[in-house]
Amino acid sequence: MSASSHADTAHIDYLLHLADNAVVLGQRNGEWCGHGPVLEEDIAMTNMSLDLIGQARMLYQHVATLIGDDATEDSLAYFRDAQVFRNYTLLELPHHGALVGYALDNRDYAVTIVRNFLYSSLMLLVWERLQNSSDTQLAAIAAKSIKEVRYHVRHAGDWLVRLGDGTSESHDKAQAALNHLMPYTQEFWTGSDFESIVATSGVGVDVSGLREAWEKQLQQTLSEATLQIPSTTGFITTGKQQVHSEHLTFLLEEMQSLARRHPEGVW
Amino acid sequence: MNGLTTTSRAPKSTAQAGGKGASETLSEIWRALETLTDPEIPVVSLREMGILRDVRGDALHGFEVVITPTYSGCPAMERIHDDVLATMQQLGHKASVVTQLAPAWTTDWMTAEAHEKLRAYGIAPPLACALSSTQADASDSTTHVLTFARRSATNQKIACPQCASDNTTEISHFGSTACKALYKCLACLETFDYFKPY
Repeated sequence: MSASSHADTAHIDYLLHLADNAVVLGQRNGEWCGHGPVLEEDIAMTNMSLDLIGQARMLYQHVATLIGDDATEDSLAYFRDAQVFRNYTLLELPHHGALVGYALDNRDYAVTIVRNFLYSSLMLLVWERLQNSSDTQLAAIAAKSIKEVRYHVRHAGDWLVRLGDGTSESHDKAQAALNHLMPYTQEFWTGSDFESIVATSGVGVDVSGLREAWEKQLQQTLSEATLQIPSTTGFITTGKQQVHSEHLTFLLEEMQSLARRHPEGVW
Repeated sequence: MNGLTTTSRAPKSTAQAGGKGASETLSEIWRALETLTDPEIPVVSLREMGILRDVRGDALHGFEVVITPTYSGCPAMERIHDDVLATMQQLGHKASVVTQLAPAWTTDWMTAEAHEKLRAYGIAPPLACALSSTQADASDSTTHVLTFARRSATNQKIACPQCASDNTTEISHFGSTACKALYKCLACLETFDYFKPY
């Protein structure tokens, strides 16, 4: 492969990584639609899912123009399989701790809130820098997305403090969620080929350089929430490099089944 | 497809159809588009909202109407796109709608008349983005929260669109649409939507 086609492939992979992150978390959080712990949260979570799916659409539309041929936002979202998705593994996990069943009753809002905080506070930093991307369309998408992610960080941060510094039960659940999810954030800082190529070319951002700022924000909020930062050792997940947990397949099955059953369907 | 395609274009001077001046045609289009509103806020025109950005082109080659989305996932955008096309068709113009992302839409573009219309409709208009606490550093966390109390309430007073009291409180940061938060007036006890700064 020539150097320029390497760069083109990395550019597309990077945009798909950003888009897949957004669509997978948007779909996952959309599961609370009609099942939120209180009505206001039901509405908040679906509003934020709408933002994420909107961001994913803009990114997929952009990728589709770069790929050309018959690629569309729909073909990218609905007709790719789990093993080619590039989202962080963190975002595909169900709304409950490790080793519990899949039932709706087992969902734990603390897991939802902690994940949203870990991810949206990272994206606040990423979108901020991507406003200067050499890919002007990506820069334009970043300038919109950052306005939305500010609200997401605020929402998740508020709830993290309410839960952590709330009752002993809410505190324990928030801490357990943090202990469960924190190791997955190691994937943020573990480099990959496509990320280093786009960081060098100016299309993307070197995420590992954002770690200090991210940890500072986390530390501040957790201390206000009276929660402890757990250790982040152990297995490092590889979702962005297309090796996923078993959970992504189920999520995509639900998300893609209608489009696949009725291709080109309209109403 | 390596060769460049050469398109022959009519000279500019003959581009006006029907003898109508270019500026006259454009103002006619702006007037017609002024009747279009955001389907979720039917009292404010697309121009006043800052969604309708530009109309360019001419009668011969067709027009381009430039719109910009509010929130990324705003479901009203497709309806707005279709409404603009339908209006241009009614006027008998060839037209396409261009969705432009940059510069990113901001509530600061909403006109003063839009603010008044929102208030009259029962929606508190947005504060300027620079004044909004969400735009500032999240370092104003001086309140120590013991229970399920609100944490980062805005310092700004949002006036109730019903009774104008600024004794109001945020119920939820996310309301009936992506662009609004839900507030309650502690004076008249009515709940109301607040258009969030974006």
